[in-house]
Formats: sequence, structure tokens, C-alpha cells
Amino acid sequence: MSKFKENNNREVPGITSSSLSDIVFMLLFFFMVTTQFRDSENMVSVNIPEASEVVKLERKDLNSYINIGVPIPAYQGRYGTEPRIQLNDSFQTTADIRNFIAAERESKNEADRQFMTVSIRADQNVRMGIVTDVKQELRRCSALKIMYSARKPAE
Amino acid sequence: MGKKTPAINSSSTADIAFLLLCYFLMTTTMGSKMGLSRRLPPMPQEGQEQQNQRVNSRNIIIVRINSQDRLFAGGEPIDISQLKDKIKEFLTNPNDDPNLPVREMKEIEGFGQYPVSQGVISLQNDRSTSYNKYIEVQNVLAQAINELRDDFAFKNYGKKFSALTSEQQDIVQDAIPQLISEAEPVDITSRR
Repeated sequence: MSKFKENNNREVPGITSSSLSDIVFMLLFFFMVTTQFRDSENMVSVNIPEASEVVKLERKDLNSYINIGVPIPAYQGRYGTEPRIQLNDSFQTTADIRNFIAAERESKNEADRQFMTVSIRADQNVRMGIVTDVKQELRRCSALKIMYSARKPAE
Repeated sequence: MGKKTPAINSSSTADIAFLLLCYFLMTTTMGSKMGLSRRLPPMPQEGQEQQNQRVNSRNIIIVRINSQDRLFAGGEPIDISQLKDKIKEFLTNPNDDPNLPVREMKEIEGFGQYPVSQGVISLQNDRSTSYNKYIEVQNVLAQAINELRDDFAFKNYGKKFSALTSEQQDIVQDAIPQLISEAEPVDITSRR
């Protein structure tokens, strides 16, 4: 009886897939950390302008978005092709911004309300008229911290 | 010899993890939240005199973008490539030009006396100015101020502005304030 037994079965050993789950979990954690939940469906097409001096937003949770742009093709039949304002999940007018800001303010922690920022995500091709209306309405609601969304130009 | 514990079949954990991964891929966005941060002036109260808005004419530069996206600075047409230098000259006033803003000695906490420029940049636009151009100009203004802040930081701390501690950044921000006033809309007729 030899100590080193001759291995008689000539089957190919199965590939161990136990590390596969580890790899996938690692990917999962990466995506969980780097992304955030989509807050609303885009109903206007927004192609934000480029700016080299952009700064990062400090508190993402204290941010509200006002989207301004041309409605996406699916809505163009109903809402036309003029730039519109989208708050949360519906098309609104400047008069509705007041309620929107009030609701956003209500949803924030009382200590954090003064740091609330309103991000204006406007398409690069809209005219300033609609943006100015929004800005005036924001001033009237005294939501004075604003941010013009922009992206860093590609190097 | 004890019984061998059978290995738990773990081949399905990968599937479960994949499902979770797909869920997160679908429901989240990667969008980096960046932009140009600005502060709007508060709405003037009804009946209140607008006295404090009146500034000495040498302390103000009016940057105007008209409806054809043409740029005017201080009343004369200018190319966007020259705007940055113009703004920097306006804010530093290197030769004590009487037509450029006064620099008033001001005590800055933790730094000492520094002549702070009193210059205000007033950005005006038309209702049919394109948003793209507006952001481009805002960006150039921010660039001019950031370069001045970097210069100041280099001269006094030997580092770039972004590399300073937050107290030092506050000092630099006090010494070179970002005074961009977004004027009331010029077109009165369409206001509600």
C-alpha cells in the first residue's frame, strides 16, 4: 500500500465559484456607496452647461432641485416644446415654486433649514427669462442659497 | 471519526448578490452634484428705501449680456477672453486709479490690516440671453475671484487656496470677497 495513492478518477475538478459572490458583493458595495437614489423622473431634457469653477455641494440631503428645460418627446404633445419648470414629478409654473419651497423646508430638519440650497438645473439652451422668473420667485420665498448646476468640462 | 459536515451550497449567493446589484444600478444615479454656488440678494421690503443699494459709481462695474449674447463691461463691448483680466484689474486696482474701486483698510480677524476692495460686480442680463452664455460669464467672474484668492493665499501662506485650513480660507474670503450682484431684471413689463 503506497502512501501516495494513484488518483484513479480522471474527472476535471469543478471550478470553484465561491469567490464569485465576493466579487459581486464588492461591486454591489461600490455602487451603494457612490450612487444615490434617483429622486424623480426627468420630464424635461436637461443638458447642463459646462463651467470650470464648479464646487461640490456640501450637503446633498439639504438640496432641492428645480429643473428647467424642454419637455421630453413623450410629453411634447401635451405640454409643447417651450421650456417648462419641473418640480418633483410634475410640470409646474413659477407660481407653484412658493408651495414647493415651503414643502421642502418643512421636510428638513429645523436646525438645517438655513443651509437649504436650491439647485437650478437648467438646460443650456433655455433663455434667461424663465430662469430670472424662478430666481425672483425664490427671492420672494427667501430661499437665497442657490446653485447653478454645471459640470466640469472634459480635459 | 466524526461525521463530516456537508458544505453549504453557496453557488446561489452570487445570484442573489447580482440581483441586488441590478436593483441598485437601476434605482440610483451617479450624478456628481456640482455647480456654481451663489447667494441671491433678499427681496426689498415694500416701501423701503433702496438707499443701501446705491454705491459709488467708481466702485461698481456693470457686466451686461444683451439679448444677442454680446458682452459689455463698464459700458463698452468686450470679448469674454478679456473679461477675466478686466475684472482682476477692477478688483485689485494696482495703480490707485481714481476710476477704479477704493481699497479700504479693514481689520481682518487673525490676519491684521488689509486693504479690502470695495468693488462690486453687477451682472445684468436680458430676458432672451441664453443660459449657456450666462453661466459662461458667471464662470469667468468666479475664475477671476478664485485666481485673486489663490494669489493672496500664495503670498501669505505659500499654498493654494484649496489647500488652506478652513480658518485661513475664511481670512482669504474676507480679504477678497465675492461680491457679484445679480441685478433686478431689467425688463419690467413681463414681471408679475
